[in-house]
Amino acid sequence: MFERYSVNKYSEKVKKATPPSVTVKNCIAAFLIGGLLCVFSEMLFTLISGYADEINARTYVSMILVVITAALTGLGIYDKLAYVAGAGLSVPISGFANSVCSPAIEYATEGHILGTAEKMFSIAGAVIVYGCSLASLYGMIYYFFIMGQ
Amino acid sequence: MNRNKTRVIELKNRPCVLSSASAVGTNEATGPLGNYFDIKYSDDGIGEQTWEKAESRLLKDALMCAIEKSSVTIDELDMIFAGDLLNQCTSGSYAVRNMNIAFGGLFGACSTMAYSLALSALLVDGGYCNYIAAATSSHFCSAEKQFRYPLEYGCQRSPSSQRTVTGAGAFIIGNNKKPDIAVSKVLFGKVVDLGVTDTANMGAAMAPAAAESISEFLSSTNTLPEDYDLILTGDLGMVGSSLMRDIIKEQTDTDISPVHNDCGLMIYDMDAKGINSGGSGCGCSACVTASYIMSKMKTGDIKKVLFAATGALMSPTLSLQGESIPGICHIVEFIKCGG
Repeated sequence: MFERYSVNKYSEKVKKATPPSVTVKNCIAAFLIGGLLCVFSEMLFTLISGYADEINARTYVSMILVVITAALTGLGIYDKLAYVAGAGLSVPISGFANSVCSPAIEYATEGHILGTAEKMFSIAGAVIVYGCSLASLYGMIYYFFIMGQ
Repeated sequence: MNRNKTRVIELKNRPCVLSSASAVGTNEATGPLGNYFDIKYSDDGIGEQTWEKAESRLLKDALMCAIEKSSVTIDELDMIFAGDLLNQCTSGSYAVRNMNIAFGGLFGACSTMAYSLALSALLVDGGYCNYIAAATSSHFCSAEKQFRYPLEYGCQRSPSSQRTVTGAGAFIIGNNKKPDIAVSKVLFGKVVDLGVTDTANMGAAMAPAAAESISEFLSSTNTLPEDYDLILTGDLGMVGSSLMRDIIKEQTDTDISPVHNDCGLMIYDMDAKGINSGGSGCGCSACVTASYIMSKMKTGDIKKVLFAATGALMSPTLSLQGESIPGICHIVEFIKCGG
């Protein structure tokens, strides 16, 4: 007689049957590709440092990475790279740029205002909201407890 | 109601498959079953401006091709049942909007092909309709857009995830005095939810429903797996298939693995990148059955098939609310009658 599994018993069964993510391979790929991206950024920084002060030079590097990512996303190359690189590309600013560009492209079919513009932050919105909130909180702590001393 | 009464419905008048057709995208056309599909596109845009329109076009192409292959004209069709994965089942309703035929839009997630076939067969068997078309579709890009992330978003997939098939399948069901392939029995599945919340593991969410429907079908009809040439599940993929076979073996001491196969494991080269656990989507079981299975039945290579299409009735909204994924499995039995 067929008897339905209990939720607990089935979840144990599913755990056993589901192959785990290839963590080691993913970590190595992320380390190597993320590291290469950092080396590339440092090279850019050294190059630009000859023409601008440090703060501006760092900003320019970020801007260049954003532009390159946006172009690669538009050309349909970025997602293939990120499939291999994983966190190596998603943690740096390239991941943020891609998360803004990709919905902008995807939802262009629903119009420039309600499609592209509205959906543009559907993934990045969380980063912006919590990033800004934490920055404000940190700013307040810094202002009252460290600068005030 | 008598609880012991079997829920398997026997169709005494043997409604038959007059024709079937399939339309697929690039990845499917270059897959192992590529030669069996009727219409193959080399571009997943299918010549349309948006992914949603592309999917609708696929469904319409499969439908028109099936009508053309049958001896039935479009005006003779009494009804069309169609379904897909998109909100409001737009692929079906937009595909038939200029056809002027009665329409039933269905949602059974990836189980929709068996669901629509079962309803069509019942209406024909009961004598309420002469000819009915049943069609379903899915499109990788429109499904990604609705259920997951934008296409260009760079992310990795878990090994248990499945790739939504870009494809559509259509059947024309009608009454014929001398049927070749008939729909002999149907079983509508129950919704089974065993608490799987991982949206990247749909196979596991559907496996219990498939195991229950298949076990019920076998025990109600007093048959064994050996009585069938093929027990074909919809799109359980690698993870779901092994779970389903395990559950049936544990619960009923029946091993269906010698005759079991899964559409999700057949449509793609399983070693290819991004396939992971296999194919999925309404179009998966639809285009595999409408092409490969029907042609094998026509030639007589296989004579009796249990087509058990499985659906994960997942909603992105409810998943975000922490809900688990209910599964369902409808069964249609095809038999070869003619020589």
